[in-house]
Amino acid sequence: MFLITCPWCGEREESEFTYGHEAHITRPEDPSALSDDEWADYLFMRKNPKGPHLERWVHTAGCRRWFNVQRNTHTNAIMAIYKIGETPPKATTAGNKS
Amino acid sequence: MVDAYRLRSPLDHLGLTARAQAEAEYSGTGVVLSEIAHLCLINIRGDASDPAFIAAVEKSIKLTPPTAPNTVAGKPSQSRIMWLGPDEWLVITKPGRGERAMAELWKNLKDGKLHAAVTDSSEARTCIRIEGPRAREVLAKGCPIDLHPSAFGPGQSAQCIVAKCGVMLVQTAQAKDTAGTYELYVLRSFATYLWTWLEDASQEFGVRVA
Repeated sequence: MFLITCPWCGEREESEFTYGHEAHITRPEDPSALSDDEWADYLFMRKNPKGPHLERWVHTAGCRRWFNVQRNTHTNAIMAIYKIGETPPKATTAGNKS
Repeated sequence: MVDAYRLRSPLDHLGLTARAQAEAEYSGTGVVLSEIAHLCLINIRGDASDPAFIAAVEKSIKLTPPTAPNTVAGKPSQSRIMWLGPDEWLVITKPGRGERAMAELWKNLKDGKLHAAVTDSSEARTCIRIEGPRAREVLAKGCPIDLHPSAFGPGQSAQCIVAKCGVMLVQTAQAKDTAGTYELYVLRSFATYLWTWLEDASQEFGVRVA
């Protein structure tokens, strides 16, 4: 259990949130022009890093808004929280130590 | 709006009115539980940064939609408007006042040709009130929000979880001692569960129904 700061509601318990997987995956403009491999890459392939990861969360039990989180998947440390449409922070090594 | 004669509170089957009469004499209870049935709840969505939208809502219900998260504007004895999200609010009014508020909102938002939505959700939820010197302790058993008076007070609200059940929590009063009064707006299918959970959690402090 850890605390997540919703950009609107403030600090809340993780149980109020739902994980929305990797962020910043853009749907191809013209899917029919893609090869099967390219489409599969868009659809299934994810970075799955050990370390800083940009991901989406939704405050399900609260304001029900989506936002982005930069979280270290190794330590669970939340490094940055930013709204949908905002520029993601540069990858850092902060939070790597548990 | 449902015709008044067809309204049924989701807690009807618990016989709360009869219990309230029977338990009125109880003294020294730490917690008082009651249901505020059939409140009119109107969900509004619109652009908070558009002065025309704010003006149209103000004109309709004489209340300004709060832009500060987790706050409620208005007096508990009258109509109130609760922040639900950056573009979403809930109007809470007395039983029977909803139809007029709905009509006014429709008219003023439509007249202004505003991109907004007004939805009557009165029957979706009921309101459970919990008060008394130990009310905060009971809520603390199932709610992760910090309800200490230094962090949470009258006029503040939170959409959160109480006993694994999603609620809209509003504090309406804070006495000088530790006593606070809270309202829990709960979906009707969860109402019986939440009521029985609250009553069970209140047993150790002494509880009566009002």
